[in-house]
Order: sequence, then C-alpha cells, then structure tokens
Amino acid sequence: MAAKRTIKSKVVEEESNSSRRDFIKKSSLLTAFALAPPSFVLASENKWDEKIAEYLETVPLSIEVNGTKHNLNVEPRTTLLDLLREQLFLTGTKKGCDHGQCGACTVHVDGVRILSCLSLASMQQNAQVTTIEGLSKGKKLHPMQEAFIKNDGFQCGYCTPGQIMSGIACIKEGHANSREEIREYMSGNICRCGAYHNIVDAITEVKEGGKAL
Amino acid sequence: MKNFQIIRALSSNSAVSSIAKESSAAFIAGGTNLVDLMKKNVVAPDKLIDINGIDLKKIEFLTGKVTIGALAKNSQVAEDEVIKEKYPLLALALAAGASQQIRHMATVGGNMLQRTRCSYFYNTDMPCNKRVPKSGCGAIGGSNRMHAIFGASDSCIAVHPSDMCIALAALDAKVFVEGPKGKREIKFTDFHRLPGNTPEKDNTLENKEIITSIEIPNNNFTKNIHYLKVRDRTSYAFALVSVAVGLDIKNNIISEARLAMGGVAHKPWRLLEAEQFLKGKTVSEATFKQAATLAMKGARSFGDNDFKLTLGPNSITEALTIAAAK
Repeated sequence: MAAKRTIKSKVVEEESNSSRRDFIKKSSLLTAFALAPPSFVLASENKWDEKIAEYLETVPLSIEVNGTKHNLNVEPRTTLLDLLREQLFLTGTKKGCDHGQCGACTVHVDGVRILSCLSLASMQQNAQVTTIEGLSKGKKLHPMQEAFIKNDGFQCGYCTPGQIMSGIACIKEGHANSREEIREYMSGNICRCGAYHNIVDAITEVKEGGKAL
Repeated sequence: MKNFQIIRALSSNSAVSSIAKESSAAFIAGGTNLVDLMKKNVVAPDKLIDINGIDLKKIEFLTGKVTIGALAKNSQVAEDEVIKEKYPLLALALAAGASQQIRHMATVGGNMLQRTRCSYFYNTDMPCNKRVPKSGCGAIGGSNRMHAIFGASDSCIAVHPSDMCIALAALDAKVFVEGPKGKREIKFTDFHRLPGNTPEKDNTLENKEIITSIEIPNNNFTKNIHYLKVRDRTSYAFALVSVAVGLDIKNNIISEARLAMGGVAHKPWRLLEAEQFLKGKTVSEATFKQAATLAMKGARSFGDNDFKLTLGPNSITEALTIAAAK
C-alpha cells in the first residue's frame, strides 16, 4: 500500500511541476510579447527571438572535457560548473554551496584542481578539463576511486567526486607526505558526513601504492 | 547573476584603456571573490575585463629584492623554492589562506583587492556603508564577532580578510600600479586604508588603476619567523586574529623585529611601537608580553569581539615565542 501511495504522489508531483513550468514559460512569453518592439514580435513567432537573444548574449567557447572537444556558445555569466552539468550533462561534478566554500565542484583544469563554481566558463578558452567522469578507463576504475570504495571514504557520497578530484591532485602536487599534510591540503573539501578519517586512509593508500595517477 | 559582457585584455595598457571608457566595469583575474560577490548581487558590473592574458605572472629575483607579478597565483608564490628560502614569512602566510583549489586560482593582485567578509556587506537586505554608502552599519550593535578592534570608525568596523597582505605589510613591500594617468608605486602599508567616513573605499588605488606587481626588499627574516593564524577551525577559515612575526636575532638579542596583525582592522595592522620596543632586547617571555601589551594600546571592541582584546596579546606573545625558538 505504502509503495503504491509513494508512486502515486510522485506522479502528481511531476504533473504539478510540469504545469508550473508551462505556466512560467507561457506567462513570460506573453510578457515578452507585450513588451517587445514589432520586429521582435515577428521574430518570436518564428522562434527567432531565442536565436537573436542567444547571438547577442553568448560568447563562443572551445573547450575539451574528458578528452572530447566541444565548440559551444555560453553566456558570459555561466560558471564552468553549470556548463558541465546543464549543457554537457556531466552531472558527476556536484553543486554544493555554489560559493567556493565546500569543494564539491572541484575539477582539474589543465591538470590543476580548481573550483568550477567560481570559474566562468567564458574564461576557459581552449582549456582541458577533467571531471570525475573522465577518470576511469572503460570499466576499470581509477586507483583513487577504488581506494575510496575499499576504505569507505564516503557515506552519502555527495562530496565524493570533489574529494576524489582533490585527492588525486593532492598527491600529484606532492602534498600527501603525512596524514597532517593531507588533512591540511584537503581542507577545501568539506564532508558533512564526517568521513574524513577514511578519506585520509584512501589518499594515503594510493600515495603509498605508488601507481601512476 | 546579472548577465554582462566579457572581453580579454592582452596588456596592462589595453586593460586600463578598456576600463577607462566604461562606467560599470571590473577587471577579473582569478575571480574567486568577484564571481562570488556577483552571484550575491553585492557587485553587478556590466562588463568584465579578463586580464589573465597579460604577461604579469613572473616571480623575478633581482639584486636586493624580488618582484612578483600581480597575476602570479597564490599557490605559485607559496610553493616557489626561492620564496620559501628567502621570504618564508610570505610563503607561510599564503599557505594559511583559503584552500589549495582557491590558491591555484587566486592571484597576488586579486588577493590584495579582496573585499571584507563582513556578513552585513554580503547580505544585500542589510545596511552596510561599504556596500551602499550612507545606508548604515549593521555590524555596530549587531553580530560582530569577526570584526575590528583597531582603526574602526562609526561608519564601518569590518576587517581586511587577507593573510598574504599581513606578511607583505610586515616585510615592507611596495605595490606598483598603472592607470590612465600613468604608473606609480605605493608603500604596501599605505595601500589599504582605514574606513573613516568612506568605507566604500578599501584602498588607495585611484579610479581605473590596475596593480601590475609587488616588490619585497631582501631582509634577514629567514629563520626566526612565524605566521600564527587563530580561527574557528584548523584550516580553511578566515582569521579571528593572525600575527606575522619576523625577528633578526643575534646572540639572543633582537636586532630587528617586524610585527603585523590580521583580522583586527580594515587594513593589515603593523605594530610599529612594539617593533621599536623589541629592538635591542634579549629574548624572553616577559619582553614578549610587554611588547604584546604595547601593541594593544588603543584597541576597542564592540561586544561579540570582546574576546579579541585577550586573544590579540596572547597571539602576539605566542607568535613571538614560536618565532624566537625556531
């Protein structure tokens, strides 16, 4: 019974969400229609308004993500995090605080770990980006991913992609020589579940394993 | 975030001339503070001038000094082997700031220009004379645990948040800037300013000027140095109080001392009187305590930050003790 009810309410929720979205879409279109000069009204009938707006408000961007080149148009205000998640559908990189305080959005740009939430995509021309999705080779996990599983380096898992990207960089930078040094250089990655001890275990194990990262 | 235009500048000259024409434009380098401020609508420029393409990233060791380009990354400077050897106080202070991800993004010039982390400045529903001149100060009589004990005014009790700048103030650095009127240099301790009646101005940069580099003269503060940062957690938090110490000790006598504090004022707070007092004194706990007492002259707290009147002198004594024992 309970399961049935859950399913039912889920359906209702989706319906109400979609109708709200439609309402917003329609009402904003009507507002735009009322405010727009005649030439744009014609354009909107042919959906040209979207194209014009896109042309006026976006900048071209060439970017390589996990070995794949993309030629895109982005709004100057789009962050690298939103580009990855919303335009390239690489949702492995997480949005935690969106203000540079939690580290969940950590990715590598040209081999360096950075916060994608505080990086404007429009400033990453010709950058090579690696996200959590780019670590494994086919079905073979990256040594850091394996070590996180083996050492229980997570509970809810939300901070994990950022922790793993940061952990790999921490070793590559030469800042994983002691547990204290790992804790200091991983301090930009917050774990609300408090899996810190096991995260340090995982990084230590990969460092001592000496595998190429 | 409001949308904006973005253009790339390839020289400091072209960056200055691009911004000179704009009424609402800002330079962007690392963006670690600016993008955050734009997301919160604390600032909303119409145009950003991306200066990362300008050749200002070099660290150059010259006779008697080092010059560091304004676009050198915080991690690049903190981990430079020669910086660590000749200017270890700077390396320590840099490593104490932010997280490694942010240090990889943030630049030296941007670090100097970061805005206060006062919560009233960040919250656009609150009054803040720094964000909206003449709107009032929420922190006076409000939540002010992080706030100033030196040099505050009736308009503003915010503190400058940088760690790097505390070391640069202690090391007598200079700042080189370029603007529509040409190039000039500013003493580091004159770069940031006290709030007075115009807290909206953090520093003495004139309109449309850009920082191109900083310079640190060589010094003897290579061994007995320390940067003590006291904060709510062990790492990745802004300072409640920080102390940068450089001592030149010969035969247990202090021949020269440098002291500066962070987390206590609207600018890096240099402790000149305590430095003078320490000069020629023998290293001892009693001397350090006396120096700390001198340093706290004129301190005034605002309620939530009363503890800084005790934490301040204790931190100075602790930092001096650690530095002398190295």
